[in-house]
Amino acid sequence: MAAPSRYRDEDTRFSVDRDDLITRLSAILPGEGLIVHEAGLRAYECDGLSAYRQLPLVVAVPETVEQVQAVLRLASEWDVPVVARGSGTSLSGGALPHPQGILLSLGKFNRILSVDAQRRIARVQPGVRNLAISEAAAPHGLYYAPDPSSQIACSIGGNVSENAGGVHCLKYGLTVHNVLEVTAVTIDGELVTIGSEAPDTPGYDLLALMHGSEGMLAVIVEIAVKLLPEPPTKSVLMASFDDVEHGGHAVAAIIAAGVIPGGLEMMDGPAIQAAEDFVHAGYDTGAAAILICELDGTDAEVADQLESVQALMREHGATRIQVAADDAEKARFWAGRKAAFPAVGRISPDYYCMDGTIPRHQLAHVLRRIRELSSEYGLGVVNVFHAGDGNLHPLILFDGNRPGELETAERLGGEILTLCVEVGGTVTGEHGVGMEKINEMCVQFRTAELNQFHAVKHAFDPRGLLNPGKAVPTLARCAEFGAMHVHNGELPHPELERF
Amino acid sequence: METGEDRTEYIAEAVRDAAAASRALSIAGSGSKAFYGRTPTGTTLDVSSHRGIVNYAPTELILTARAGTPLAEIEAALAGQGQMLPFEPPHFGGGGTLGGAVAAGLAGPRRPFTGAVRDMVLGLRLVNGNGEVLHFGGEVMKNVAGYDLSRLNTGALGTLGVILEVTVKVLPRPETEASVRLELPAEALHGAVEGWLRQGVPVSAAVHDGEAALLRLSGTHSGVEQGLARVGGEALADAATVWADWRDHRHPFFARTDTPLWRIALPPGQQPEGLPGEAVTDWAGQQLWLRTDADTAAVRGPVTARGGHAALFAGGDRDSDVFQPLSPVLMRAHRRVKQAFDPGAILNPGRLYPE
Ligand SMILES: Cc1cc2nc3c(=O)[nH]c(=O)nc-3n(C[C@H](O)[C@H](O)[C@H](O)COP(=O)(O)OP(=O)(O)OC[C@H]3O[C@@H](n4cnc5c(N)ncnc54)[C@H](O)[C@@H]3O)c2cc1C
Repeated sequence: MAAPSRYRDEDTRFSVDRDDLITRLSAILPGEGLIVHEAGLRAYECDGLSAYRQLPLVVAVPETVEQVQAVLRLASEWDVPVVARGSGTSLSGGALPHPQGILLSLGKFNRILSVDAQRRIARVQPGVRNLAISEAAAPHGLYYAPDPSSQIACSIGGNVSENAGGVHCLKYGLTVHNVLEVTAVTIDGELVTIGSEAPDTPGYDLLALMHGSEGMLAVIVEIAVKLLPEPPTKSVLMASFDDVEHGGHAVAAIIAAGVIPGGLEMMDGPAIQAAEDFVHAGYDTGAAAILICELDGTDAEVADQLESVQALMREHGATRIQVAADDAEKARFWAGRKAAFPAVGRISPDYYCMDGTIPRHQLAHVLRRIRELSSEYGLGVVNVFHAGDGNLHPLILFDGNRPGELETAERLGGEILTLCVEVGGTVTGEHGVGMEKINEMCVQFRTAELNQFHAVKHAFDPRGLLNPGKAVPTLARCAEFGAMHVHNGELPHPELERF
Repeated sequence: METGEDRTEYIAEAVRDAAAASRALSIAGSGSKAFYGRTPTGTTLDVSSHRGIVNYAPTELILTARAGTPLAEIEAALAGQGQMLPFEPPHFGGGGTLGGAVAAGLAGPRRPFTGAVRDMVLGLRLVNGNGEVLHFGGEVMKNVAGYDLSRLNTGALGTLGVILEVTVKVLPRPETEASVRLELPAEALHGAVEGWLRQGVPVSAAVHDGEAALLRLSGTHSGVEQGLARVGGEALADAATVWADWRDHRHPFFARTDTPLWRIALPPGQQPEGLPGEAVTDWAGQQLWLRTDADTAAVRGPVTARGGHAALFAGGDRDSDVFQPLSPVLMRAHRRVKQAFDPGAILNPGRLYPE
């Protein structure tokens, strides 16, 4: 079954002769560096959002920076779209190929160039897996802090491009807080170093701009990351609540008391059940919500904080608190949370992962509303929540083999994201806009902001060749989408004609 | 919560008028950093009356305030809830506004340990060079919808937009702090701090005033106690004043305004060799303050050789390359970014780089 294209006419305005392109590319990429056969292209037709599929014209798999430069120079000269790809775990279709373009895989850029243990800096190529950095740093007592659940697979280049987060980001920051420098190739094929090993660099903070830019501004070919010393002690505890709202209050109380835990995650009843069935972590399957809290520091600090956190949790209605006795139990407590997505994958033929962020005090309201929407649409929703920083992942359960169910799931997802915006949050906390949330961007931003985004894009890529059709919607798209949606009683783009 | 006055319309209109007349504007808050950057040109646009805290949610760890809000007002509100601005912005001459702090991107001694200004900026409202009021980011910790134009505007010295309102991440004040003075050569500061951090010592400031190292520890009572036992040294009398003086450049080193003052940023563990003049050390060796009459090349030569950069912070020729020149590719990117926000080049033109 061929799914309809997610691209719009204005995104597919390019025309290139495929045979001609192949001839030119094979001069740059000898042997296996160029994939042209359908079977080979299939491996790249989707990313982690497998509901969206598209074959590219060709897949380029360069091995050297010079090859990346040559490919981009060629693309620039011949007006060919380029979609960069790391490990293809994006959940927003960010790495979805373009039908008229080159899919540029950074898969062969998989070397850790150096680990400077003394100065706590690792230099890596963009295709290096997130976890591989911490593994290389571990013998020195160091680690790389941002730890997305996909860390065994996702690439650091993809992490920069999505500004990925993880359970340790509450205390140690997102990707943008842990990267010192990137080397990138512009669409003209020029090599540029952005940022430095120093605490800041002169001029505009283009390093921050690169974070979360979803392959729209340049192709990253090298990254320097900051490493952190492993804390002397860690303690992990798990608290059960018979009401999600109580859990939410406990989170607020912990933070109000001045404690910033290393990690603070919440799962709702259905998520607990799914995770427990999958990894047998000893989760309290009778609870409406559990909070997993990691505290780190010196022995004395952790002991102090452990005491006050437990007291606060009890005060806010924790029905049961378990403190991990040893490293194995700590790992087990985390295992259920880290495996939450695959666990949900076992209980439903398909699931659709949302990524809204909300002000935390809105949690109870948002969860209640999600429950209502869930029954309205007749699809189950399971919630995992980066509770410390308000990043909510509702997982919508559906069966893609049932006609129309994917579309229903997408509509429900759209409603949930609109809800996040309405309560003062955002449509994406860490997974990116990609192709998936491109319409919801019209809900979150007005024309003036979208125009400013387009102007910035234009500053780097005037002809719009890098990842066309993603991340920032065209005004035409919003006009069409806006015709169906009214935001806070007012149309987001009142000046545009409705059709 | 809402206090102060909303002058959005006045500011946006001033920018639209200036844009229509191709007239340059020099944006000013409290004027505490008027000395910083290249010589301002254009009519002064005073945004200090656009002030007031718009939203402060202690348990969400966020505060939103208008650009003209004095830092002192914000810090008082935060202190009332046992919280703080993590980046410890300087209050030069006792002044400073939130907008100015974000536009300049300067941070105090806590910066290497808790984060830079840009690390804490979650969202902002600004007026671009066309006089349009724009809102980027938001009041939540994690947000990747659209390009990160909030952080891009941080440290841009008002050349991309007039900052109207900023949401910052705030942090709890540490349960306790203690400071000590240690006999230690300045060159040994980075290595020593690094060793302590790896033992879990909660260092929150590490400077060297030319004679001795000053160290601040922040954390839980027991964590700080343990840390003090590890680092030794003698307790610092009147520590709060010492750190505020250091942050605001009231330390005697900064008093001699007859000689140009340079700010040098360095990669970890790098020491420039043969720097002229007199220096003090901050950020555990990653930020040096240098007083010298020597020419630019004599300062930037040794610094760039170590991967750092040097800015002529105060004094000297304010029409020169005050900030270190960029590579040609980067400079082109800069010009295009400026063009994208301010096509008429009317906002603080030339304050950062020559137009
Ligand atoms: C099970 C599961 C769990 C997940 N958990 C998390 C989580 O906890 N936190 C989180 O933040 N995300 C999570 N994700 C999402 C995803 O893993 C991240 O977005 C990750 O950063 C993507 O990395 P990647 O290498 O797979 O990038 P890809 O999917 O290959 O690409 C993502 C985007 O980055 C661009 N890109 C990739 N490499 C480059 C480059 N070198 N230069 C320029 N652009 C580039 C692409 O064009 C695309 O727009 C999860 C995904 C899955 C499947």
